[in-house]
Amino acid sequence: MADQARRAAETATGRKGAPEIDVSSVAEGVTHGHARQGAKTVFDLESLTVSYAGKPAVKDVSMGIHENEITALIGPSGCGKSTLIRCLNRMNDLIPSASVEGKCLYHGHDLYGPSVDPVEVRKRIGMVFQKPNPFPKSIFDNVAFGPRVLGLPDVKERVERALRSAALWDEVKDRLDENAYGMSGGQQQRLCIARCIAVDPDVILMDEPCSALDPISTGRIEDLMLELKEQYSIVIVTHNMQQAARVSNRTAFLIVQLDSEEDNRWGQLVEYDETDKIFTNPSDRRTEDYVTGKVG
Amino acid sequence: MSPRLPGMPSERTRLATAGAQATVAASLGARPRGDRWRGNFFLALLLLAVAIAMLALAAVIIQNAIKGSSAFGTHLVTDGPSTIFPEKAGFRPAIIGSLYLMAGVILFVVPVGVGAAVYLEEYADGSRWWNKLIELNIQNLAAVPSIIYGILGLAFIVRGPLDLGFVALAGALTLSLLVLPTVIIASREAIRAVPPSIREGSLALGATQWQTIRRQVLPASVPGIATGVILAISRALGEAAPLLLVGAATFVTFDPQPLSGGYSALPTQIFNYALRPQDEFKVVAAAGVILMLVVLLAMNSFAVWLRNRYEQQW
Repeated sequence: MADQARRAAETATGRKGAPEIDVSSVAEGVTHGHARQGAKTVFDLESLTVSYAGKPAVKDVSMGIHENEITALIGPSGCGKSTLIRCLNRMNDLIPSASVEGKCLYHGHDLYGPSVDPVEVRKRIGMVFQKPNPFPKSIFDNVAFGPRVLGLPDVKERVERALRSAALWDEVKDRLDENAYGMSGGQQQRLCIARCIAVDPDVILMDEPCSALDPISTGRIEDLMLELKEQYSIVIVTHNMQQAARVSNRTAFLIVQLDSEEDNRWGQLVEYDETDKIFTNPSDRRTEDYVTGKVG
Repeated sequence: MSPRLPGMPSERTRLATAGAQATVAASLGARPRGDRWRGNFFLALLLLAVAIAMLALAAVIIQNAIKGSSAFGTHLVTDGPSTIFPEKAGFRPAIIGSLYLMAGVILFVVPVGVGAAVYLEEYADGSRWWNKLIELNIQNLAAVPSIIYGILGLAFIVRGPLDLGFVALAGALTLSLLVLPTVIIASREAIRAVPPSIREGSLALGATQWQTIRRQVLPASVPGIATGVILAISRALGEAAPLLLVGAATFVTFDPQPLSGGYSALPTQIFNYALRPQDEFKVVAAAGVILMLVVLLAMNSFAVWLRNRYEQQW
């Protein structure tokens, strides 16, 4: 076990090339008890608690996130969905007061282990944000930025491939040198997705990617997600239950827990299961109330 | 009762409408005369304040333009000071000296000022007491009178540890210290204006913090930083007091060198000419004032243009 951890640290920090996953270590990683039957897991969360300045924002979450699936996190505002997804590529490190307890295993390796470099983590686990955030550069340079800073070869081919995968190539191939701020909101968000897949990540995290978009753009992004899950594992936070039902394979439902005595509130995982089951036959009463629109 | 044409309101409706309109008009126009008078008086005061500011500038320009008009000509920039032909005296050494000073200030102040700004904005934990102390100090340093920097330059740069002597480099370093706080503050504003979502987007791709700063934050804040630097340089160009203490007061008749020998600068040369008893020199000084004002206005306009041209709409 100690050997394995050391090897994990080495693979996590030593490699500079394309972030493909060392298959043998993956297989070993998932054999230690957290794999569900059938699909392999990418993430295994074990009683994960995230706190800001000592106050827990999300408490005691345990769940496995599966490879080549779309996993949706749903729940009311303040239930810690965004906190949770930002844990998965260590974006919470940017907030100095944030602290993580419990385990967050990525292919069996603890993401918060002492020798893990958050920069290496983010190379493999990309993120798309709520509001499209293109860089103030040309369309080409936006997508090329990742491959360039990571020193990946064949930048031009990568950019074209990424734009094609994001179903954006035909719309922008004649204006690659124009500023990305001239695109529509939906195009900007697809550009952010292209930017993310240009560095060949293993996982794409999406934090409410459609909340700033109109229904047609939303539909396009959803179609895109369904295509992308063939190659990537996707985790999506969404406020939109229909969206979770349409695209995801598994859904996790979180709620806000209130501690009236100490006036604390935190998020808690209520139910995590296949999406069909969550929406048609949930085991928990609170899930049923939420997905049927009785509360929330 | 007369037959009513379609579309014409009845008498009663007309009366009611007129009454309602009168009531509304009365309530809308109910400002007492005194109120209106006070409003106009206040507006007049504001205009007076603007006029005083504009008049002062206009007075300087007009007076110097009239007084110095006879000295305008190419000799103003091509010739040096001369006691034999004061009417043909010019600012050539002073202009060259000022160019050296500005170049020195740019070379020193851009890396140091931007570096300090990047540290304070991107790395420093603002809740630590020492970072708070640094911030407070920079704010205060921007307000320290320039003569203090002159004394500092004399004690530590001309003499003391650096011991450079009365050379242009010493003047440039002194002016750099003077405008450094301005550059740091302007650069911090520019860096802070880059939204956090840009940094997040870059970091989420696996870029390091330094790559994010170097390739995203700094390029996006260049216009703001450049504006601050130009304004700082134009302040350095106009400063005479600290330069008098670090050796720029001399009557230099040759082209100055950056690292050795005496040097002069535009404001100190004007000061020197204006103090001389001959009237011809006073005329040259007035022409020099106009020359410097033109350069300063051009630089400041460029800074404003740059800021407006590249203002980011995030």
